[in-house]
Amino acid sequence: MTIPVVQRPVRSSIETKLTAALAPVHLEVDDESRMHSVPAGAETHFKVLVVSDAFEGLGPVDRHRRVHALLAEELAAGLHAISLRTLTPAQWQASTTPFRSPPCAGGSKGG
Amino acid sequence: MSDIHEAIRQTIEQNRVVLFMKGTKNFPQCGFSARAVEVLKRCGAEFKDVNILLDQELRQGLKDFSSWPTFPQVFVDGKLVGGSDILLELFEAGDLQKMLEAPKAS
Repeated sequence: MTIPVVQRPVRSSIETKLTAALAPVHLEVDDESRMHSVPAGAETHFKVLVVSDAFEGLGPVDRHRRVHALLAEELAAGLHAISLRTLTPAQWQASTTPFRSPPCAGGSKGG
Repeated sequence: MSDIHEAIRQTIEQNRVVLFMKGTKNFPQCGFSARAVEVLKRCGAEFKDVNILLDQELRQGLKDFSSWPTFPQVFVDGKLVGGSDILLELFEAGDLQKMLEAPKAS
């Protein structure tokens, strides 16, 4: 299988693609790779908050699938974990719960 | 259909709630898998855990089966509910508890 070439840093690649496809009113992309058991400089674990009208009428599984599809190249090229919160602008306004990632438990070595 | 997809289908048909995860419910090996276990336990749900780290064929086969690229993956009544982010969102909204209480649709 050919591994796609992805723009670096991966954070920029993610931001560019999600911005182009979803026109988010709010977008946060955090590289959390340093919190995990991966080599220094690896860009493998991301946390993404996307607020977009594009999610209107979609259930959570379909929202996440839409984002996974947009980031298929990144996922194929080594993006290993993506923690996602996908909200409509109305849900974002009403949201009170913080978006946090759990601590690593060490099992991600070896892809 | 491949053998691995048939095996997955049987697992999710024979168990109402299935968590495909890294590690086991007693020893999760990934923070996201650990969070999924915690959420299901807090719902008081009985669930079957399947450790995808032990089987590379299953690990890839499940991604294709469910069109979902990451783990953990939670299935209820044979349907993908999502990964740990969605599970937590549903739990915080109280929807997961309702889903797990409701009798199995036949």
